[in-house]
Amino acid sequence: MAIRRGRGVAAINYPTGMNLGGDPTQALVHSTPTGNFMVTLSSVDLGQGMKQIMAQICAETIGVPTDRVVVDTADTDTGPHCMGTFASRGTHRAGNAVIQAAREARQVMLEVAAEELEVNASDLDTDGQGNILVKGAPQRSISIFDVALSAHFKRGRSISGRGMFLIPRSYPDKETGAMKPSTCYAHACTVAEVEVDDETGEVTVLTVKNVFEIGRALNPKMVEQQLVGGSWMGISHALYETTEPYYPDRDHGGTDFNQYLMPGPGDLAQTEIIVLERPSADGPFGAKGPGEMCANPQIPAVANAVFDAVGVRIDTLPITPERILRALKAQASN
Amino acid sequence: MAKIPVQFTLNGAEKAEFFDSGTTLLNALRDKIGDTSPKGGCHQGTCGACSVIIDGELRLSCLTLAETCNGAAITTTSGLSQGGVLHPLQRAFLDAFATQCGFCTPGMIMAAKVLLDHTPDPSRDDVVEALSGNICRCTGYEPIIQAVLTAARSNSQNAA
Ligand code: FES
Ligand code: FES
Repeated sequence: MAIRRGRGVAAINYPTGMNLGGDPTQALVHSTPTGNFMVTLSSVDLGQGMKQIMAQICAETIGVPTDRVVVDTADTDTGPHCMGTFASRGTHRAGNAVIQAAREARQVMLEVAAEELEVNASDLDTDGQGNILVKGAPQRSISIFDVALSAHFKRGRSISGRGMFLIPRSYPDKETGAMKPSTCYAHACTVAEVEVDDETGEVTVLTVKNVFEIGRALNPKMVEQQLVGGSWMGISHALYETTEPYYPDRDHGGTDFNQYLMPGPGDLAQTEIIVLERPSADGPFGAKGPGEMCANPQIPAVANAVFDAVGVRIDTLPITPERILRALKAQASN
Repeated sequence: MAKIPVQFTLNGAEKAEFFDSGTTLLNALRDKIGDTSPKGGCHQGTCGACSVIIDGELRLSCLTLAETCNGAAITTTSGLSQGGVLHPLQRAFLDAFATQCGFCTPGMIMAAKVLLDHTPDPSRDDVVEALSGNICRCTGYEPIIQAVLTAARSNSQNAA
């Protein structure tokens, strides 16, 4: 009876979005009379940072500082349509819709500025600080504040734009079965080191080293925070979490945190995160969806590490001490 | 059912309320008084999201009856900032990206505050022990541990 060490590796790819009845997200952007911009969405921020990212995307597209943008994810009854926050689709789908809406709003903004400055709109550019300048003659400029006032009170224009991003539904080809159920794959690879006590079946994850390829990280600190949390969640899925820990049936499943187990702050594996940025062709500023995929590769990596340590293949999650001991017993009797 | 008069201070402000017998402090704070910083994650003492400080002790407000709080001094996370300036723990949680959905955050901050009140210069193990009754779904805990250690350091610098 001994503590045995093992190391496992696993790699995954992970799609963005889903092939339901088509996968749309819409966005509206408009300016207030003072030249702040509102993004209206029905997409939900549930802690992943959607509001921050959409503000960055809108600001970058219109050419204003991020703090000039307010994101309203108010209400699915009244907002532009969104399929929802799931399938790692938020940044990709809503981001593309916001870019389209913000481009249209930017165009109106430049047209109003052009009238004020008596030049062509195509001769104008933003400085990113809240001003619009004549290209090649930056001393001729107007603030976006003044452009918005002019649009509202003088010229009767609405500085606004509509965004619509749709991945149409894909049906399987009748001959080959080929289809395109999702877009924009993120990738990840994890190496996990574990110790398995072959007497108790208990697994301790010593280290997890993760590499994530997530397109472009639009907000690197927020990406890192999501990946660190996701890596922990992957270990939690691999070893602890299940709604059906007790047989023979669902009635014996865990109903509270006493039975639905998760590792606490004292059970953390040493965790390493490396981000590879390969901007995606169809993502907003090259982004992909890092949300759910970051909790996936740890699971097969831990299963492989357990195999490396004690030579048994556990193919049912979570990898509980009981499952390991039963497998070891079956192995010994073979 | 009889209403029970209860007087206590909440974040320094005097409160006098009538509660139904059996009302938990969590429901009293959230529904009656309108302080929604304590969160109800489980209502059975297993998640820590409802943690508050009562007379200097960390307590689970879901397992505390409001009627037992007569004369108590209660602190919640919404009482920590002073004149619009965040408490060092709140600042450290923000700076360390130690919150995502935020549901666990007030409970984590309460647990950390009681730790730092008693142990101004905690070890990592002290922090882990202090947070061990609090569940977080999102962060993987490490950013939270780092935030508490950072807040402890900035406290000791301010004191020095
Ligand atoms: S709500 Fe009190 S411990 Fe979960
Ligand atoms: S930040 Fe979501 S539960 Fe901790």
